[in-house]
Amino acid sequence: MKPARVLIVDDSSVMRKIVGRSLRQAGLEMEQVLEASNGSEALTIAREHPLDLILSDINMPLMDGLEFVRQLRSIEAAQHIPVIMVTTEAGEAHVVRALSSGASGYIRKPFTPEQIKERVIPLLRG
Amino acid sequence: MDQTLNAGEQRVQIHLSVRAASPGSRAAGKASGETPSTSRDGWREVLAKATCEVFEIMLGTSLGNATEESSHVVADLTAMVGIAGSLCGVVGLRTSSESARRMAAKMLGSDEAGVGENVQDAFGEMCNMIAGSFKAKIAGMADGCALSVPTVISGRDYALYSLANGERFELLFAFEGHSFSVTLELHS
Repeated sequence: MKPARVLIVDDSSVMRKIVGRSLRQAGLEMEQVLEASNGSEALTIAREHPLDLILSDINMPLMDGLEFVRQLRSIEAAQHIPVIMVTTEAGEAHVVRALSSGASGYIRKPFTPEQIKERVIPLLRG
Repeated sequence: MDQTLNAGEQRVQIHLSVRAASPGSRAAGKASGETPSTSRDGWREVLAKATCEVFEIMLGTSLGNATEESSHVVADLTAMVGIAGSLCGVVGLRTSSESARRMAAKMLGSDEAGVGENVQDAFGEMCNMIAGSFKAKIAGMADGCALSVPTVISGRDYALYSLANGERFELLFAFEGHSFSVTLELHS
């Protein structure tokens, strides 16, 4: 598996750091880690940078994670990038909404590096 | 995005209300037709379990048993997350700035000097995860309620007037020799 180019989207800089650390602890080799604090910033980055993986919060100001994924999937070059939602919203309806918006997976906060590994690695191998 | 209010110089009065917001905003409305359990027996234990889970997973710290007395908590940092939807209320987390700095350092895996401006952000996120973990464990709340953006208040000299005027649960824990409290205030 080649080193991944990763985008982490969360309005909390602390959570962005923790997600990045968890990816490293999960054994994911990363070529580049980019960060955005809302969906709008993330879209701009996704248009300008080739990415292998995106992890995104849902509840964010300006543009939430669901709208971000919806708009991301309309960008031809970004249609197949795995997007995992990382959020405190854990209800079944929230998961269904995320997946129907175009997300590839779902991780509930708080999370362990093992949970990150279980969800992320198969998507990158797939 | 955390909202931080400094209450060091002047006495500040804060009025909190929680309501379902429009789609796309941070606090979404009712997401399903489920109704939360009307019996709140055991909610105190669920809140304690949610708090312990967040500390265990995010800080690698096992908390001792919670008590119900909060008189020994010297809190100059307060985080709050609103719950809106089929049940409304506020989850609060209170402790000293020293304790919050230690929590942030543990969470980030760095020394206390390295956490800098991240203390309030980390504290707000911890409250957010406690609220999320709590509502995930109560039947009907996971889909029926949404969480607000965390609000963090620095300082001690403030009066909080919450419109959540129903039942109130308060738990006291110890973290590295410091006390902190977790509260759940519900709309009647």
